Amino acid sequence: MITAGIDVGAKTIKAVIVKDNKIVARSMNPTGFEPVVTAEKTLEEAVKQAGISRNDIKKIFSTGAGRKSIPFADHNVTEVTADAKGMNYLLPSVRTIVDIGAEEARGISSDASGRVLDFSKNDKCAAGAGAFVESMSRALELTVPLMIEISHKSTKEAPINATCAVFAESEVVSLIHTKIDKADIAHAVHDAIASRVSSMVRRIPIEKDVALIGGVANNTAIVEAMKKHLGVEIKVPEKPDYVSALGAALLAAA
Amino acid sequence: MFCWLLRKLVVMPGYIANYGYTDGSGDWYIVVDSDKCDGCGKCVEACPQNVLEIIVDDYDDKVVAIRKEHHKNIKYVCAQCKPVSSPRDVRCQKACPSGAISHSW
Amino acid sequence: MTTEFYRWTENTWKSPDIDWRKGQTITCGIDVGSVSSQAVILVDDKIYAFCNTRTGSNSPDSADKALSISLKDTGMKPEDIQFIVGTGYGRVNIPMAKKAITEIACHARGANYMGGPSVKTILDMGGQDLKGIHCDERGKVTQFLMNDKCAAGTGRGMEVMAELLQVPIVDVGKMSLDVKEEPEPVSSTCVIFAKSEAIGLLRSGWTKNMVLAAYCSAMAHRVVGLLERIGVEKEFVITGGIAKNIGVVSRIEKELGLKVKPLSPDPQIAGGLGAAIFAKDLLLKSRKAA
Repeated sequence: MITAGIDVGAKTIKAVIVKDNKIVARSMNPTGFEPVVTAEKTLEEAVKQAGISRNDIKKIFSTGAGRKSIPFADHNVTEVTADAKGMNYLLPSVRTIVDIGAEEARGISSDASGRVLDFSKNDKCAAGAGAFVESMSRALELTVPLMIEISHKSTKEAPINATCAVFAESEVVSLIHTKIDKADIAHAVHDAIASRVSSMVRRIPIEKDVALIGGVANNTAIVEAMKKHLGVEIKVPEKPDYVSALGAALLAAA
Repeated sequence: MFCWLLRKLVVMPGYIANYGYTDGSGDWYIVVDSDKCDGCGKCVEACPQNVLEIIVDDYDDKVVAIRKEHHKNIKYVCAQCKPVSSPRDVRCQKACPSGAISHSW
Repeated sequence: MTTEFYRWTENTWKSPDIDWRKGQTITCGIDVGSVSSQAVILVDDKIYAFCNTRTGSNSPDSADKALSISLKDTGMKPEDIQFIVGTGYGRVNIPMAKKAITEIACHARGANYMGGPSVKTILDMGGQDLKGIHCDERGKVTQFLMNDKCAAGTGRGMEVMAELLQVPIVDVGKMSLDVKEEPEPVSSTCVIFAKSEAIGLLRSGWTKNMVLAAYCSAMAHRVVGLLERIGVEKEFVITGGIAKNIGVVSRIEKELGLKVKPLSPDPQIAGGLGAAIFAKDLLLKSRKAA
């Protein structure tokens, strides 16, 4: 059976096609201002990649912030459910999932079969999510990859107090004026996000194995900082951005 | 004790302080009634996360307050006593003899 | 970056007819906020001079600057001031202040002075925070709520929007009211989200005025939500820089169904003014004790 999962995120839309319990295609595009059009395009790209035709797809499930706005989805599932299912497929030993997206972060406690036991969210606030990273990279006048790179070279602590991405931007600007090394500021930025996300995750029971997913999981500086704050080893699956969409596709096949 | 109460009510009525924040996910405040608080500090000792402190306020009274560094993350720092689903054990409220301190959630 | 659209006009005022040398008490309140700083000079019971300036990168310098601007052309020197109280976000770091008092208490006192004893509810929309304050007829605080976690509803949030739309911040209010019909508000919970929504709206053909109207509306909504936590009773006043933005103020009035009592000479000086009044009280107390 062939099914598809579409994750309509705030920043990017991901599509995953699963055939007989195997991932056969993955595709991603920036959401832009017309998410339905982008979702359609992303699905088409995945279809082409899989070498199938659109009609071969039995069911399409949507997830993500815009999951209810996709007319061609047969059903929608919450990100929390999709995350747990997707993660369970990739690494069944995982019991705690941290999903850091562009505008929202989640902590999920799941059981051995990928069912959600408990979750906590950091929603409706850009601090502690990808938007914070982008905002800071602008303030530092660096690209995000460059900011991550220099963050690993940091030697000193720099203070960043703000719990708001907008305030943090002004803080970073004044830190730059006081001639603090950008590497130290970059490190502090990642530390601040990890600290915030960790506090959110601690609202649920934390059990090994712990995994980090979502677009921000590609940020090695965040992974390092999260390990430090949570005090546990953290697993990051391959292509962490797609776990939600994968979960949706698997749920469609169930 | 009575004189203190009399002084509080007649000479210097207190105030209600809401420490915390509102963001997209809701209202997260610790509420202190300075009329009921006499600065005994039992709540400060009871708090496992060192959230509280006794200060002298603008009107020269001893009263409990939230430490500045915790104003903006009350939701998370109080999580130990108020987790998402497990039963709650709010230690500061239990320790207070006069019910001066409460949470908005 | 050429013109900085977020810059609001700094201002200063001096009384034309008070002779400070004849005053019994000469006190000063300095409010160093995260975005703006004010110095207010009180001679006996009257406001002698004040100034509103942008806070710099450090607190003592900002306090110095505010004080020297307000003293300009007065013939008064800092040594002539008999008691200085510091307040605001930077109050612990104002070296010339003899005492620091919270901005909550100072705003209540300042609003009580400017608005009279009937003032019961004060909304302070500061540069980086929002405060809801209840006070009694003497300007003493009976309840307060402060929210400084988010930029939403604060001056900084407004600056971000002004910068995005390339509109001088002093024009925002007027422009937001110049719309054919009131549009739907944007996100009221996060400036970052509101900003991306605004970009989308502009692309889909909304005019700048409409986007500003949507943002002022969102701000009013957030602020009213905060106030409803402590309740709003007449008279209701607004302090802080955004009190000068009619786009936000009129929408707050509409949502609350209550008129805002205007404050003069300047709603932005409430903190510094309150501090100057506290300074006078403390000065008289110390003279009595002597």
